[in-house]
Amino acid sequence: MIEKALKGNRSYWSWIGFLVLVIVSGILAYGRQRWFGLTVTGMGRDVSWGIYIAQFTFLVGVAASAVMVVLPYYLHHQKEFAKTVIIGEFMAVSATLMCLLFILADMGRPDRVLNVLLFPSPHSMVFWDVTVLNGYLVLNLVSAWTVLGAERKGVPAPAWIKPVIYLSIPWAFSIHTVTAFLYAGQPGRHLWLTAVLAPRFLASAFAAGTALLILVSLILKKTTGFDTGKEAREKLVVLMIYAGLANFFLIGTEFFTAFYSNVPAHRHTLQYLYFGLEGHSQLVPFMWFSLVCGLGALGVLMTPKLKQSTLWLAAASAAMVLSIWIDKGVGLIIGGFVPSPLEEIVEYSPTVTEISITLGIWAIGILLLTLLLKVFVAVKREHAQ
Amino acid sequence: MMNEQRREFIRKAGFGVLAGLGVAAGIVPGYSLEKTVLPAWDEKPVAGKIRWGMLIDTRKCKEGCQQCVAVCHHEHNVPDFGNRKDEVKWIWKSPYEKVFPTATQQFKSKELSERSCLALCNHCAESPCTRACPTEATFKRWDGIVAMDYHRCIGCRFCMAACPYGSRSFNWQDPRTAIKEASTSYPTREQGVVEKCNFCSDRLVKGLQPACVETCPEHALTFGDLNDPKSDIRMLLETNTTMQRKPELGTKPSVFYII
Repeated sequence: MIEKALKGNRSYWSWIGFLVLVIVSGILAYGRQRWFGLTVTGMGRDVSWGIYIAQFTFLVGVAASAVMVVLPYYLHHQKEFAKTVIIGEFMAVSATLMCLLFILADMGRPDRVLNVLLFPSPHSMVFWDVTVLNGYLVLNLVSAWTVLGAERKGVPAPAWIKPVIYLSIPWAFSIHTVTAFLYAGQPGRHLWLTAVLAPRFLASAFAAGTALLILVSLILKKTTGFDTGKEAREKLVVLMIYAGLANFFLIGTEFFTAFYSNVPAHRHTLQYLYFGLEGHSQLVPFMWFSLVCGLGALGVLMTPKLKQSTLWLAAASAAMVLSIWIDKGVGLIIGGFVPSPLEEIVEYSPTVTEISITLGIWAIGILLLTLLLKVFVAVKREHAQ
Repeated sequence: MMNEQRREFIRKAGFGVLAGLGVAAGIVPGYSLEKTVLPAWDEKPVAGKIRWGMLIDTRKCKEGCQQCVAVCHHEHNVPDFGNRKDEVKWIWKSPYEKVFPTATQQFKSKELSERSCLALCNHCAESPCTRACPTEATFKRWDGIVAMDYHRCIGCRFCMAACPYGSRSFNWQDPRTAIKEASTSYPTREQGVVEKCNFCSDRLVKGLQPACVETCPEHALTFGDLNDPKSDIRMLLETNTTMQRKPELGTKPSVFYII
């Protein structure tokens, strides 16, 4: 089936070529990081995690959001999602792969990564996260590949795949819950030390994930002519609106608790992120831009007239992805380290090397998604003929 | 008639069972459902025969003196890159309100607001860093010391996110290039692993006191076994009002301070 990814037109190959270039530049940058150490990044003693872990967190959400189509299609038989469900699963596969690569890129000694499995430590959330992420990767790859393979042969999918697909549904919730627990269990980091972190992660993931799925389906329609259907996108919009509202509601509750209770430790980071703290306000424009994008997207999607326009739909989806990406990819992880345990403020910005590696990993994920979707569209076409 | 009697019987029997459970819970402590001790800094003994601890008398610690820091960092081959981003430190001095951000007081004396306090790994009895470590590269020893295995550490820096005291440092680059005068008493580390104060476990096995304690010209530091009621440190804890850093987090630090 994979051979179908090897046949494409000129623009397909130039897209692949472009991605390969970005990957090569990422690999070169990674070589530099391996040689000189993580000192080539913007991270330091005070802000000890940066955009790698932030991307990882955002992408776990993208991966988990596959459940937004798998659940309605397989459990509630919503036939509108018939053409979207495999796209969702393939998106989860490439997002999970990127997650694992971002963790690897962040490690000081990636050569020792197997120690996580050689010395399993159930008291550590990382152990669980690595376990559920790898499991999720396999579950989605097997589900999507098997169903697509059966479709290609024109036979019904084998019966054993059903339990695998059903298992992937709670599993999707588990990956993002465990990822939230990585942060929510740390005693000294008050931005993270909140029980709504896991629910907020799920809500933001489902908002950004459905938005990304709409974007991918629009791109597929434009580039290959394959349409997943207006009905599917409309259903995704409804899901995105509810998930987005839940997300902003949860952010609001964080503000209430911090500022009404007036406990300094609870206030500090939110103050730093949204208003600036002791003259440090590097992330303030980002955070407000994120709020404006996210709430703006919801506004557009809730206006029936605008929702009908493909352009507005694409813009609103892109704005939602951007909003959540800033919220999780910039604010949450970097903000968690400000102020430091000794209440000092050290600001972080990524270096060129760090950004190159980040783009390289994104390119690897997008390349894998491109190849998988190429196979998918080819099989669907063949089947339609 | 019968029915009503039966109902009454069941009701009384029910009360009887409940009362019985209540009594049992009172007599047999093991039956009580609630065993939580309220204060985070409770007196719960820590398993193990020995629990090493340190008491720092911040009144004696001389302003501007850096001897303990210098000796510790020399003895353990702690690199000095001269910048904050790459900084590695095992013991250092910070202003009072940074070391005790949750115990700051309004209208404190000028002297106290200017006082520097020593900060180092607290070797917590309930250490969040060892809980977060995915490989047991950082672990609790039998004697209460939170130790590091530099050969197992994968450099994920989870322990750094978990430590509420900022006591852990990562080797962002090769530390061997930034050691001015190499010491033979403790091995150097490699790029990409986390390190921190080890309570001089390397000296304890030789029957020596930690380097910082031995060096302090003011004798401001006392080291000893917190599980031994007759130890010097316990005597001082008995006769002085002391503080631990961020006790509200329930980490049970083994480093105490006289303010």
